[in-house]
Amino acid sequence: MDIFDILLQASFWTAAIRIASPLIFAALGELICERAGVLNLGIEGIMVVGAFAGWLTVYLGGGLWFGVGVAMLSGMAFGLVHGVLTVPFGLSQHVVGLGITLLATSLTYYCYRLALPEVTSPPKIDAFQPLEIPLLSDIPVLGPALFNQTPLTYLAFVLVVAVTLVLYRTPLGLALRAAGENPAAVEAQGLSVSAIRIGAVMVGSGFMAVGGAFLTMSAFNSFFFEMVNGRGWICIALVVFGSWKPGKTLLGAVLFAAFDALQIRVQQTPLGADIPYQIFLMAPYILSILALVVMSRRAQVPAALMVPFNKGER
Amino acid sequence: MTDQHPEAQVVLRLDNITKRFGKLTANDAISFDLRQGEVIALLGENGAGKTTLMNILFGHYTPDEGFVEVFGQRLPAGNPRAALAAGVGMVHQHFTLADNMTVLENIVLGTRSLWRPGFGRAQARQRIVSLMEDYGLRVDPDAQVGSLSVGERQRVEILKALYREARVLILDEPTAVLTPQETDDLFATMRKAVALGLSVIFISHKLHEVMAISSRVVVLRHGKLVAEAKTAETDRAAMAQMMVGSEVAAPVVRRADPGEALVTLAGVSTPDIGSAPGLKNVDLELRAGQITGLAGVSGNGQTALADLIGGLLRSASGTFHVKGNAPRGWSPHAAISAGIARIPEDRHKTGTIADFDLTENAVLELYSRPGFSRHGWMNWRAARDFAAKIIKGYDVRCPGPETRIRLLSGGNMQKLILGRVLETAPSVVLANQPVRGLDIGALTYVHEQLLAARDRGAAVLLISEDLDEVTALSDVIHVISEGRLSPPFARGALTPAELGVWMAGDGFEEAPHAA
Repeated sequence: MDIFDILLQASFWTAAIRIASPLIFAALGELICERAGVLNLGIEGIMVVGAFAGWLTVYLGGGLWFGVGVAMLSGMAFGLVHGVLTVPFGLSQHVVGLGITLLATSLTYYCYRLALPEVTSPPKIDAFQPLEIPLLSDIPVLGPALFNQTPLTYLAFVLVVAVTLVLYRTPLGLALRAAGENPAAVEAQGLSVSAIRIGAVMVGSGFMAVGGAFLTMSAFNSFFFEMVNGRGWICIALVVFGSWKPGKTLLGAVLFAAFDALQIRVQQTPLGADIPYQIFLMAPYILSILALVVMSRRAQVPAALMVPFNKGER
Repeated sequence: MTDQHPEAQVVLRLDNITKRFGKLTANDAISFDLRQGEVIALLGENGAGKTTLMNILFGHYTPDEGFVEVFGQRLPAGNPRAALAAGVGMVHQHFTLADNMTVLENIVLGTRSLWRPGFGRAQARQRIVSLMEDYGLRVDPDAQVGSLSVGERQRVEILKALYREARVLILDEPTAVLTPQETDDLFATMRKAVALGLSVIFISHKLHEVMAISSRVVVLRHGKLVAEAKTAETDRAAMAQMMVGSEVAAPVVRRADPGEALVTLAGVSTPDIGSAPGLKNVDLELRAGQITGLAGVSGNGQTALADLIGGLLRSASGTFHVKGNAPRGWSPHAAISAGIARIPEDRHKTGTIADFDLTENAVLELYSRPGFSRHGWMNWRAARDFAAKIIKGYDVRCPGPETRIRLLSGGNMQKLILGRVLETAPSVVLANQPVRGLDIGALTYVHEQLLAARDRGAAVLLISEDLDEVTALSDVIHVISEGRLSPPFARGALTPAELGVWMAGDGFEEAPHAA
């Protein structure tokens, strides 16, 4: 079995889309923050929070969608902290973001120990199940890949469309993008840059948390340490890869996930026997970096990204 | 444009506007009316209070006294949104546009409630296109603002104001960034706007433009309204004189004893940089023991001349000699080594580093000299002693050499720069706007020090927009206009009015475009 056979398998593409889903949520969240001018390096920690909050809610008897809602709110709470510190107080977005990641991660592990002091192996929950869409899922290869996924994956794709519409077709999206390009232009029209930026960071952080919740509620079905495993950082790269555009970012997430799914499968072929497995583990990251180098050449960075806005300063 | 309707409705009234910043009175009881269909040119030098006045008008600042009335309604102070709603549109010198967004998006921003589902792109486009046709403002509504020329961006700013149904347009030095062709287009737009019943306040210090477009002129000097006249009833020389004033507070000047020429320019030209004109075939001699004054409205090539002598710019043609040698590899370092010391035009931007302390700022240009550093290591003790010496010798009021220079007043900052310049006993002193924004005490002190440097045998080049300053201090005066330099005039050879004629660009033989 060689690589081309793998690429024609429906199960390969199903896995790729599944792996891509949390990345889509979180990258979309990061994109919203950055489009408003705030780099949110809290993403990694906020994903951990979301993963835990969603999982714990269901574990304690809450409904699955209720769990997603709790995850979203917990992410927004950390987003509020990030937004207040970086926007009105104008603190360094790097330092605040990394601080949020460290704080959120440790706090989550602490809460996990509080909630489950006795447990050694993480308990499972009844997670989201694949929802087959009739007719569409009968299309060869693409059908099962796109239309036999869990509801959260469908939500991720819907959100990409929704965010695109809001960003480019509504006054709100216009104001949000302008806040990331030239906040003075926003202020000159009597709108509040602070309100727009904090709101964007909160909603974006909520999306990141849902991305984390996908891991516990739609993929692994339980919570364990280190489960986010750098996915947040990948999402920051994906936003650059996607030139701060939702559609292209989605494409980047699927591409990365496909590399990841591919390396697992290639490891099991005769080719894989001769090469150390670490090479395969590295492959998606190396390919991502290469893709990033090519794609980010023409990327249009929001002009006011990471630039705090001080009213009245010229 | 002539003022055909003196009885036309008053659309905007400034009543007794006063604004103080600390001890400085930026606007002192200014009142005037703007009538419908009128273009008022607001004239004045830098620091005369034009921008402060316009910021009050638009609600960016709250006046200490007085008020603004639009169409008979008093505007609440300090509220830009109210000014916008009342129909006042302002085009700032620095545009507030988002580069990565389209023209249409920039225009529509903020005109609709944020919670509306769509922004009515088609409708907006229709209105924008019809505005473009009415006012002759051609821009592609779908172009990214970042890809537009400066002139096109300005059109977007004007469209923004028109889209918000402005009835009064305020243009803050709109032509400063434009090419002559674009300026003509802007004037055509202004004429159309006036024909459609709008009124315009046009801020500029380019006199030929004021003559071309305005119906009335209002002149500010030192925060006061000093003159108001119909454009048709005045001329450029008179306006130039109104702008710079003629009251003189002359320091006592001893007779000069000019020596050899230390810096010589013969037929020197430099390239234009953006809208800033370069030098055009300039002849100039800076003699030892003499103050050479450079008069002229700012933006006429003063920067190019100062940059050339200071080493920031090289000449494109002509010969340039320093102490008889044609310097090779001309650079600021070479200039400093040749004994040329600079008082830069903008002490905040290029003269000092705000968050460095006085010691560090004192040795900014000298740190590599022996004494201040050895084998690549700073000798901070020597630097501190140097700073302390300047603080004492030049009366810099400050807590000590470890104070960050940001905390000093403009006058004290300038005294430190002056000390840094004069303590090295330079043979050439390049003083570019040395007293801009200084109070009278600091101003007099700087002038005395420049005279002392001259008496010591230094060649001083004094660049200033203030004609009084130039005539009071200079032994020889040149006038600069659009990059061209007049012949030297001895002290007292010309009256201020005659200098005004030269400043307005008349009198030059090879005038490139007769105005």
